[in-house]
Amino acid sequence: MTARLGLRATALGYLTLLLVVPVGMVFWRAFEHGFGAAWNAVTTPDALHALQLTLLMVAVAVPLNTVFGIAAALLLVRRRFRGKPILEAIIDLPFAVSPVVVGLALVLVYGRVGWFGNWLSEHGIQVIFSTWGMILATIFITLPFVVREVAPVLREIGTEQEEAARTLGASPWQTFSRITLPAIRWGVGYGVVLTTARAIGEFGAVSVVSGHLVGQTETLTLFVQDRFERFDLAGAYAASVVLAAIALSTVAVMTLLQKRRGA
Amino acid sequence: MLLAAAITALLAAAGCGSSSSSGGGGNKLSLVAYSTPQEAYEAIIPAFQKTSAGRGVKFTQSYGASGDQSRAVAAGLPADVVALSLEPDVTKLVEGGLVSPDWNKDKWHGFVTNSAAVFAVRKGNPKNIRTWDDLVKPGVQVVTPNPFSSGGAKWNIMAAYGAQLEQGKSPAQAQAFLRALLKNTVVQDKSARDALQTFTSGKGDVLISYENEAITAQQKDQALDYVIPDQTILIQNPVAAVKNGNVDKAKAFIAFLHSANAQKIYASHGYRSTDPALVDKRKYPTPPGLFTIDKFGGWGAVNDKFFDPQNGIVTKIEQGLGVSTAKG
Amino acid sequence: MILWLSVIVLLPLAAVVVKSTDGGLAGFWDAVTSPQSVAAIKFTLLTSFVVVVINAVMGTVIAWVLVRDDFAGRRFVSALIDLPFALPTIVAGLTLLALYGPRSPIGVNVAFTKAAVVLALLFVTLPFVVRAVQPVLMELDREMEEAAASLGARPLTIFRQIILPNLQPAIVAGCSLGFARALGEFGSVVLISGNIPFKTEVASVFIFSQIGNDNVTGAAAVSVVLLALSMVVLALVARLGRSWYDG
Repeated sequence: MTARLGLRATALGYLTLLLVVPVGMVFWRAFEHGFGAAWNAVTTPDALHALQLTLLMVAVAVPLNTVFGIAAALLLVRRRFRGKPILEAIIDLPFAVSPVVVGLALVLVYGRVGWFGNWLSEHGIQVIFSTWGMILATIFITLPFVVREVAPVLREIGTEQEEAARTLGASPWQTFSRITLPAIRWGVGYGVVLTTARAIGEFGAVSVVSGHLVGQTETLTLFVQDRFERFDLAGAYAASVVLAAIALSTVAVMTLLQKRRGA
Repeated sequence: MLLAAAITALLAAAGCGSSSSSGGGGNKLSLVAYSTPQEAYEAIIPAFQKTSAGRGVKFTQSYGASGDQSRAVAAGLPADVVALSLEPDVTKLVEGGLVSPDWNKDKWHGFVTNSAAVFAVRKGNPKNIRTWDDLVKPGVQVVTPNPFSSGGAKWNIMAAYGAQLEQGKSPAQAQAFLRALLKNTVVQDKSARDALQTFTSGKGDVLISYENEAITAQQKDQALDYVIPDQTILIQNPVAAVKNGNVDKAKAFIAFLHSANAQKIYASHGYRSTDPALVDKRKYPTPPGLFTIDKFGGWGAVNDKFFDPQNGIVTKIEQGLGVSTAKG
Repeated sequence: MILWLSVIVLLPLAAVVVKSTDGGLAGFWDAVTSPQSVAAIKFTLLTSFVVVVINAVMGTVIAWVLVRDDFAGRRFVSALIDLPFALPTIVAGLTLLALYGPRSPIGVNVAFTKAAVVLALLFVTLPFVVRAVQPVLMELDREMEEAAASLGARPLTIFRQIILPNLQPAIVAGCSLGFARALGEFGSVVLISGNIPFKTEVASVFIFSQIGNDNVTGAAAVSVVLLALSMVVLALVARLGRSWYDG
């Protein structure tokens, strides 16, 4: 009995010190001077634009990675081909790459003296230091999530139903949309949620490729850093609260989905 | 495919980001600057827009660490005017073909503001830090940025080194001083701004900073004082127009930066004017042992001798400190 | 598929690898074996390893408590575990600094020390082991445990001999992901660690400073090393355990 209580105390104590208190601190500091002050700090044009930009990046990166994720999962689970481990390794690469390196890599390819630099400037296309570059970085960082969540589900459900549908004359698309997709939807959902959370929270890689154009290429995370550095602590903490709130609601959705998946 | 089209439409509608490559004329100017003068430029730009040269000119502004900004412009960040913290950051752009080599052939040598390396201390200066020697006393905790990631940090190191020479010490003694100084350094943030953050969040007894940074912090109600040591380096901040940008307007803007109007705005944000007549001697006293980077032969020589990643003097000192404290 | 992957992932990383060889093999070797580089890599490996060990223990403990124990708010606590994953690293760094730095309201000041790096890394890698172990614990068949208990085995013995071996693959998988993440972490560490070269500078900050010193080739070289290390760890785990796409 005491062992159980001891373990519980250890676990909860650890979590409190490491997790609860720091995050609680963010909320406290933000609302220290009242809800109104925090609201003001976070509804300035720059802040609103930062929020808008963050949401835009999510709106682009998440669907793209979802489509990719489902396609890749289908490929890996349902098909046989040589080089599967290589594909798996490539998909896992974003987990292994430091955000500093991501920024560096993108500049080396799409920057002015990068591999495509000349072609891009000849065509007047600005990739780095624009929203596009930041979206690229975000897609890179969040690539693996949907695949990793959908693949095990695909494996579990097996091919019986799909094969049955096929013998009954259904086209591949019908099989996919009527049978496969509904079966994997919770895996997809969870993957989407993870992707969103990560995309919202990305800082390092996006920082390098953003160009820090005031009111233009600042995401909410970059905004937090900027405010903090300019001693606008009210603004920094208020924006952090917005980020933390998005994070918490993401977690809430994750929990709901987990229960439905039966995990 | 449909998805891609929808996304493109979204982006176009959102209308932010995705700026076309630099200027090329018209009434747009893109200012890429280091982070400290942001408030100053936020006042100077409207003032410029009130002049005939500046009427109707729209600005995009970007602020960040000086070195980062310079690298960004080299990597394709659209810019018409670059305002950076130290000359090598502009020289890099000259080498990259982005800035004309005659950018500093005017009477100000390309510099638009001055400042000085100072000691930022806690309010009331409880440890009574006044001289360089006070920084190497045992138990004094110094904060200065990492000279390998922060170009601005190099000002601090050269200020310390040069101060020793000004006091009549030999180069060997000056190097020994640097070692003692770095030994007392408890944090080496990656940029000057980060170092200021560290200091204001409570770490350290003294921050080697720039006068204008200290003043800006005070203006933002940070509780610190600053001391101008008797021997220190004059920090000179350059501004240049970028080739292939909106050069005419850029030059007009730069000309405005040298006007009394703009210089006064700079002064109200902690800078020393490049025009000696406009420097308020009470607010910005001239230290007796003020020197410039030319004392050491300019930045090129300094970078090679002191900061070369393999053989630089400071590299070796940091390395020596690391090894000895690792064993100790 | 290939095109997409190439544009997004392969090309940029290939560019880094190519850049790292700008100075030839000799240049690569020099950059990677310079004393500051070695110090940064060693420090990163050391702290990541420490973090992994702590995570292995605490992660299992937390998973255990969340699965086998029952108390008010248990589900809420379980939901919180994912928070570090979703919270931006900069916010994590800020809050840890505010709490355990010089202005700490509870008097704990570890900022700018090696401990601070460990602290930041523990925060960002918290979910990995917990989330890997939880599902396994939930599916575990308790018959063997009950049989052993009825034969008089002590709880600790049951844990060691019966439960732990079943959890091991999950713990290892969670640890390896956490390790890979810790190796590359930047945003939270850079605020709280002090970044003193040769003392508290992690590899990602070193890479950042090399870029700052216009030594992009050197930065690329160390990046390649860091990447290789992470890949090795991930590959090892893939071999030891099941791939996540195959049975």
